[in-house]
Amino acid sequence: MTHQYPALTAEQKKELSDIALRIVAPGKGILAADESVGHMAKRLNQIGVENTEENRRLYRQILFSADSRVKKCIGGVIFFHETMYQKADDGTPFVQMIKDKGIVVGIKVDKGVVPLAGTDGETTTQGLDGLSERCAQYKKDGADFAKWRCVLKISDNTPSALAIMENANVLARYASICQQNGIVPIVEPEILPDGDHDLKRCQYVTEKVLAAVYKALSDHHVYLEGTLLKPNMVTPGHSCPTKYSPEEIAMATVTALRRTVPPAVPGVTFLSGGQSEEEASINLNAINTCPLMRPWALTFSYGRALQASALSAWRGQRDNASAATEEFVKRAEVNGLAALGKYEGSGDDSGAAGQSLYVANHAY
Amino acid sequence: MTHQFPALSPEQKKALSDIAQRIVASGKGILAADESVGTMGNRLQRINVENTEENRRAFREILFSSDASINQNIGGVILFHETLYQKDSSGKPFPALIKEKGIVVGIKASICTRLLDKGTAPLAGTNGETTIQGLDGLAERCAQYKKDGADFGKWRAVLKITSTTPSQLAIQENANTLARYASICQQHGLVPIVEPEILPDGDHDLQRCQYVTEKVLAAVYKALNDHHVYLEGTLLKPNMVTAGHSCPKKYTPQDVAVATVTTLLRTVPAAVPGICFLSGGQSEEEASVNLNAMNQSPLPKPWKLTFSYGRALQASALAAWVGKSENKKAAQEAFRKRAQINSLACRGQYVVSGKTDTAAMQSLFTASYTY
Repeated sequence: MTHQYPALTAEQKKELSDIALRIVAPGKGILAADESVGHMAKRLNQIGVENTEENRRLYRQILFSADSRVKKCIGGVIFFHETMYQKADDGTPFVQMIKDKGIVVGIKVDKGVVPLAGTDGETTTQGLDGLSERCAQYKKDGADFAKWRCVLKISDNTPSALAIMENANVLARYASICQQNGIVPIVEPEILPDGDHDLKRCQYVTEKVLAAVYKALSDHHVYLEGTLLKPNMVTPGHSCPTKYSPEEIAMATVTALRRTVPPAVPGVTFLSGGQSEEEASINLNAINTCPLMRPWALTFSYGRALQASALSAWRGQRDNASAATEEFVKRAEVNGLAALGKYEGSGDDSGAAGQSLYVANHAY
Repeated sequence: MTHQFPALSPEQKKALSDIAQRIVASGKGILAADESVGTMGNRLQRINVENTEENRRAFREILFSSDASINQNIGGVILFHETLYQKDSSGKPFPALIKEKGIVVGIKASICTRLLDKGTAPLAGTNGETTIQGLDGLAERCAQYKKDGADFGKWRAVLKITSTTPSQLAIQENANTLARYASICQQHGLVPIVEPEILPDGDHDLQRCQYVTEKVLAAVYKALNDHHVYLEGTLLKPNMVTAGHSCPKKYTPQDVAVATVTTLLRTVPAAVPGICFLSGGQSEEEASVNLNAMNQSPLPKPWKLTFSYGRALQASALAAWVGKSENKKAAQEAFRKRAQINSLACRGQYVVSGKTDTAAMQSLFTASYTY
């Protein structure tokens, strides 16, 4: 953003832009391994493992000891604070293990959602206090990008104008502060898939939310070339009776992005929401074979959708560690292909057959 | 824009999208021949021709009766209200004359009657800033224009750069009016060309123009989104990012190209099919060279980058005509030449020759320009 009071120097801009491009280089996406302690409790509970710091360390070690195959499909890893300072069995800091593979280290910096009084259960996200000092420290400790998640939901009277405006504003403040400290902000305005709304309604809401986000980023003088977006795909609500194909999801998603995300943004890294591993890969692939022109990289920033199989293979047993790592590598490679539109699918859902299912976009 | 209260049906959207695509088809741009009576007066005065309705008609006839091959370079023509209802010497209405060449007809939609020539209205409490009038009865006017042969509309908002302008109010008010106009146009099958012109008057540098243009365009697209405008069925007509006319520092076409395309990448969604630059105070040659530099720039361009030129397409033709009917062919040739050059510039293929004639190079800057 060029101004007589420039927020960033040319050198600062170049550094941010280079980091962003490295993360979303062709065929690469992000491993979101930033589950909080409470969140990890749920995951470990599902496989009968106790939620101790050691177990969390052992589990992340499984992911981070993946071999060089992940270099070509993982461009960044998002850490939780605790994990930034943990080490592998041999004493190697996790941060270093990741950097040695040429992968960029990122850090979750938000402090969770808080209620917006006077709304229908809507929230904003806290974490701005002392954020600048925290970012400076994380940068010293090896992080080059950050993530901040805002949450919106669809119902008859949500998201409200206040929720949209407040979350867009807090995302823009976070982004501005990150950039001041050499950290690329991943901007995540998640619209939850809960509800029985259809695809069109999700598309409408997503377009409104993203338009507000990019207006706020402009107002706050954020350098778009040094940011990434982490949105939901446009999907129907979980309880929606109508079923949609991956091609319909792809058209709705890409149409929404084309109408709201400036081409200056280098990459869009989708969250997987409640999707299964395979669903998240198939949808990402359809997005990358959609006939509409796509000026940004369209890739993944998956948590569950990259880790579910690895978790069930591990079940907390050291003996299962390499098998678990192998499961993770497999999903990483599949999503790397999906990010290039080259994933054929595990079933008979081949790329060529899918192509013909794209409906003209005037219906969106 | 998808919503439980959709503004447009899929058929309406397709019709709008198709029109927009035709106007900015590869290598094509727009002839802005929509000068108001007053503005035409300025143009004719320069060549010592009286500003009568017949003279205005005669000059437009010269342009519109060009050989049909002009449709390789011109995708759309914007007309002033008076011109939409004029005819050529054989009695053929101008819209028909233009359409039979496969060129789309557009209309300046903001208020510009003989009595009320100014489209702008002052914003009280600002430093001489304005908004545009013309929303009253716009729906009915659009419906009529559509019946009478128009398929797109144009609406020009004006902002200026000084140490205190453009103000928040001016940006927000003009963005909002542009969005209202766009919404109404689409309801009547007209593709709205959205024109938020930031005047080149002033001594500000390139960076300042870029900053202001980014802010203005961000506000415009937020307003279009708020008003449920279907972006795939619109076109943008912005200023190029340039230094102010009295800026002591000189910039190259490449500087202008990079500043302009960067600004657009940061603000204009990829769904917009085409961006048709206004020429502002640029000479014919300057306007072509700058457009060419943009299309040669290595920066990505998800929309067409083309022209919507008035002066920069007509100056040589006017100078060749000087009001004499025997100069018709020479005038048409001058117009055809500029159209062809700008078509090459749309594809980044314009090779600047050593010689350029005086009329082309002559700066066409007029202070505080209003149509």
